[in-house]
Amino acid sequence: MINAKINGIPVQVAEGTTILDAARKVDVKIPTLCYNDDLEPWAACGICVVKSQGSAKMLRACCTPIDEGMSIITHDPDIVQTRKTVIELILSTHPDDCLACPRNQECELQRLAAEFGIREQPFPKMLRDIPIDDSTGSLILNPEKCIRCGRCVKVCQEMQNVWAIEFLGRGEKTRIAPAADVKLGEGPCIKCGQCSAHCPVGAIYENDQTGLVWDALMKEGAEAKTCVVQIAPAVRVALGEAFGLAPGTNLTRKIYTALRRLGFDVVFDTNFAADLTIMEEGTEFVKRFAAGEGALPLITSCCPAWVDYLEKYNGDMIPNFSTAKSPQQMMGAMIKTYWAQKAGIDPAKVYSVSIMPCTAKKFENARDRTMYSSGQKDVDVTLTTRELARMIKQAGIDLLNLPESDPDSPMGPNTGAGVIFGATGGVMEAALRTAYTLITGEELRDVNFTGVRGLSGIKEASIHIKGTEVRVAVAHQMGNIAQVLEMVRKAKAEGKETPWHFVEVMACRGGCIGGGGQPYGCTDEVRKMRIRGIYDADEASEYRCSHHNPLIKQIYSAFLEKPGSHKAHELLHTSYEARDLYLK
Amino acid sequence: MPAAQIEFSKELTAFIDEWKAKPGSLIMMLHRIQEEFGFIPRLAAERLSRSVGLPLAKIYGVVTFYHFFKTTKPGKHRIAVCLGTACYLRGAQDLVDEARAILNLKDEEVTDDGLFSIDEVRCLGCCGLAPVLMIGNEVYGKVEKDALPEIIAKYREI
Repeated sequence: MINAKINGIPVQVAEGTTILDAARKVDVKIPTLCYNDDLEPWAACGICVVKSQGSAKMLRACCTPIDEGMSIITHDPDIVQTRKTVIELILSTHPDDCLACPRNQECELQRLAAEFGIREQPFPKMLRDIPIDDSTGSLILNPEKCIRCGRCVKVCQEMQNVWAIEFLGRGEKTRIAPAADVKLGEGPCIKCGQCSAHCPVGAIYENDQTGLVWDALMKEGAEAKTCVVQIAPAVRVALGEAFGLAPGTNLTRKIYTALRRLGFDVVFDTNFAADLTIMEEGTEFVKRFAAGEGALPLITSCCPAWVDYLEKYNGDMIPNFSTAKSPQQMMGAMIKTYWAQKAGIDPAKVYSVSIMPCTAKKFENARDRTMYSSGQKDVDVTLTTRELARMIKQAGIDLLNLPESDPDSPMGPNTGAGVIFGATGGVMEAALRTAYTLITGEELRDVNFTGVRGLSGIKEASIHIKGTEVRVAVAHQMGNIAQVLEMVRKAKAEGKETPWHFVEVMACRGGCIGGGGQPYGCTDEVRKMRIRGIYDADEASEYRCSHHNPLIKQIYSAFLEKPGSHKAHELLHTSYEARDLYLK
Repeated sequence: MPAAQIEFSKELTAFIDEWKAKPGSLIMMLHRIQEEFGFIPRLAAERLSRSVGLPLAKIYGVVTFYHFFKTTKPGKHRIAVCLGTACYLRGAQDLVDEARAILNLKDEEVTDDGLFSIDEVRCLGCCGLAPVLMIGNEVYGKVEKDALPEIIAKYREI
């Protein structure tokens, strides 16, 4: 242990602890900008400078380990002035249109400028004129706002291993762009949106489509459509953060009410479609595992960023990929077929909206022709959690004090297995709960598979189903996937048995609760709280297994026949093709 | 970019094969590619990316960081204007601006006919002659702005 002092306050920390973390321990806040809890520090901005007593040299607190006997000064006039100058220099290359910026009031630079009481801008403005890139439809890149902190590049390369963006050029001309200056949508970008969730300013943000939804909700007369909405599992435990609540607060039943007050005619829950996914994917697994039809391991396909990554980077693994669509797309297909039929509404007159924690879902809803399985676009528009928060605020809805309500039937009521889709390991756990019964015809006594929960990058577990061992792996955060796939490939090449039978993959750290469209400020601390919210909802559920959902049983007997039927394949399954990393 | 391929000479291929497994060799390999093509063609960067196993983004990060590497084919005649301290103080920026005006170049580096390109370089090693520019292997010292049209005109014929 190391003994040191921060502003005279004694602190004891483990060797290697940075000055920044040591200061946090004694409740001293050193301002930061490029630093982010998810990433290794790289000292790009210079806001976090501090002094060590007896030396005039300034140290960067984010990346300097504290030494035995050090006495750190975090605030004196000299240090504060230096930080202020850094902010003023950044502002000299940053536009002043905060009022019209998508990050207004949620911008880390704006907050720092306010905290430091910046009232003047002593340096001449040097704005850059680089066009906006909106080519992905999910994310907007506005280089004019970029402060070149580098978070997005590190996220994209180190956390996600996608390499869609890089620093190009040098010095004042440095910019963040895809290789060879192709558009974002023409390169390796998988639309996970982690860049947008980590950007401190308004340089990368979600494609805001609230306008489209407002238009649809407000239409009257012959042009009006029946507006149907679904909300994803992870949204309910994070939306509250945009209204000042703690991460993990479950607002499900208030959100249903809010959606109705926004003007939606029918409110469904994606959890229900998650139950449906389990029936289809669970059946697919049993077919491959028990009947030996098809490649093992079966790999989950609910995550559209992962689907894109697999098609671009791992085309050889397509035979292992589950053909089951994601819950969003299953729900979309069912809304415009089963439900529209039942309600006696022309599917062309249904407007289908999904609320997702995810920017890639905006891309998924038009990914290929199977996303139009109803004959229409199954999901017309996808909004992220951040966009929903904006709509609720615009509509003057007092979310926190709303009465609670239930989702509409038949595609609302759901199980604990559906809600845990929102957390890493959840799809696997939900699938195992049902696969066990599908294989054995018996019910599990304990439905909790805690081995696949939590934030470790790769988790492994095995269960015994009637004497046969089922080995599973769960990976999240795109950069962790390669080693799982490498082990699968290696075993295959050596003619050995597959290391796992079933693999779950989610592109974002923590799964969908850490999605790129969730409220800002996500750290592991926040992820853990959101995950807690998810499993609490699971435990409080009347039914914990998808196959116990009475409405799922009903939908199969009335419409889909049985899991894996011809009809189910037409509506609920998709296909994949290997794609080039660069289109241009 | 799908399908399209680029030919590397036997020597270049052998060089890349020799060095690709050794960390820190990227810049050296890029030098060789630029030697062969006069710049780093996109297809060459992609081929290098595939054979070395480095993401294209990484390669472009390096290529665009160093002024020496070019991503567009230079003109037949390369006009290198020194912007080192001595030349800069003696008005080299005016030479760049004037040359661009004469050649009708805005942001692009190469004229439409592919005859000329302008490079801003750091120190050509003859500061006593500042401001200095080079066209091909020819050095021009103490260049006055007004002399530029005549100098450039000479190369139109070659």
